[in-house]
Amino acid sequence: MLDLQGYGPRLIEGAGVTVQLAVLSLLLAIVLGLFTATAKMSRHWLLHRVATVYTTLIRGVPDLVLMMLLFYGGQIGVNAISDILYDHYDIDIYINFNAFAAGVLTIGFIFGAYMGETFRGAFMAVDNGQIEAGKAYGMSSALVFRRIRFPQMMRHALPGLSNNWMVLLKTTALVSVIGLTDMVRVAAEASRATHEPFVFLIPVAVAYLLIASVSEWIFARLQKRYDIGFGEH
Amino acid sequence: MPDISAWFNDLLSGNLIFTPTTLGYYWDGLVTTTQLVFLSLVIGLVLAVPLAILRSSKRKWISLPVYLYTYVFRGTPLLVQLYIIYYGVVFFDGIQESVFWPIFREAFYPALIAFTLNTAAYTTEIFRGAIKATAKGEIEAARAYGMSQSLMMRRIIIPSAFRRALPAYGNEVIFMLHASAIASVVTLMDLTGAARYVYSRFYTPFEPFLFVALIYLCLTFAILFFFRFLEKKLLAHLKPQTP
Repeated sequence: MLDLQGYGPRLIEGAGVTVQLAVLSLLLAIVLGLFTATAKMSRHWLLHRVATVYTTLIRGVPDLVLMMLLFYGGQIGVNAISDILYDHYDIDIYINFNAFAAGVLTIGFIFGAYMGETFRGAFMAVDNGQIEAGKAYGMSSALVFRRIRFPQMMRHALPGLSNNWMVLLKTTALVSVIGLTDMVRVAAEASRATHEPFVFLIPVAVAYLLIASVSEWIFARLQKRYDIGFGEH
Repeated sequence: MPDISAWFNDLLSGNLIFTPTTLGYYWDGLVTTTQLVFLSLVIGLVLAVPLAILRSSKRKWISLPVYLYTYVFRGTPLLVQLYIIYYGVVFFDGIQESVFWPIFREAFYPALIAFTLNTAAYTTEIFRGAIKATAKGEIEAARAYGMSQSLMMRRIIIPSAFRRALPAYGNEVIFMLHASAIASVVTLMDLTGAARYVYSRFYTPFEPFLFVALIYLCLTFAILFFFRFLEKKLLAHLKPQTP
């Protein structure tokens, strides 16, 4: 059957890296997205401006360029900080800015901008009367957020979120360029070494389709959960 | 003219990273990126229109193969598609002996093929959505006039679907511009490739990558304004009427 010429275990390891990277970036993107959406809806002009500049800049520049900027520039930035710490406070630390961190930070940072747009639309779709009712019950605004705004917002945000996740998953392939051994990098290396590109790259393509199908199923279940009380379920 | 070039040299003197030579690299990169994106978009668009019509056919055996194509190309990373075509092109029998080999040996054509197939898949789905969203009344009116299926397609469905697809297609164009950055991975000297080259020569990440980021940003805004202008012109009938 499929002869992976000993690259099998490394490919599976690479798939693990891909999934870890994607999930961690998604979490970072959701957190950043919530902040961005809140900042964009805020009445404070500075918050609003900062969030707008962030989403505009991120969506105007290719992911790969941002990733290289952060990966190659990040180490220099980190070194500068540790130099300052050493010179002024006599703290001697060396922080290695590794490819995994650069990958998670960049992808999370990029998709935070997209998530911000998704969440903003979803927050605005929550009926104002619901929030007023919560306040009338004497809930604090944190409690209103946790019990009323967030769950109802999620119902509207899930389709967009699932869309962003699918794009994010495919974007993780770019980390192979900055030296992270995800499954694309392993497959590309194996293709170059054995001159059999199809044997390695087609299973990787299938793996992406598989991950996408599984996550589609998970999102369908989540949607069902957040739709409780609405629609015909 | 000599004034300008003197001013330019003055501006660049003492700057080790923005020299006339490196600016030349960026310019060549800009040309490559533009060529690659423009050609793949045009060919992709030409492919996508018939594919979208097939995709919206009621007959399963016509629509299913197109769906499979769009599913695979939209579900896998463009980088993987590019690798498959770039490394796989030598495996076509006789290609190395054929007259086309000097063309396909360059990274440009495998990249162009990968980008074209990718954007055609996305554009097909955009058009299919637009075709599906045609108002029932328009189709009924066309039928009542005795139009054949193909005439209705040509005169009623496609023109209005084009307009409806415009905003989504604008996004696809921007997506393609950004995706083209991965051409630099297969040794192509596009804008990102130029930045990577300058980075590797001078070991300064900020100047080259921020500079090309700025160029991409300008290109993105140019595309955005172009599509906004087109929408204003072509979708004027959908805007709320103001007396």
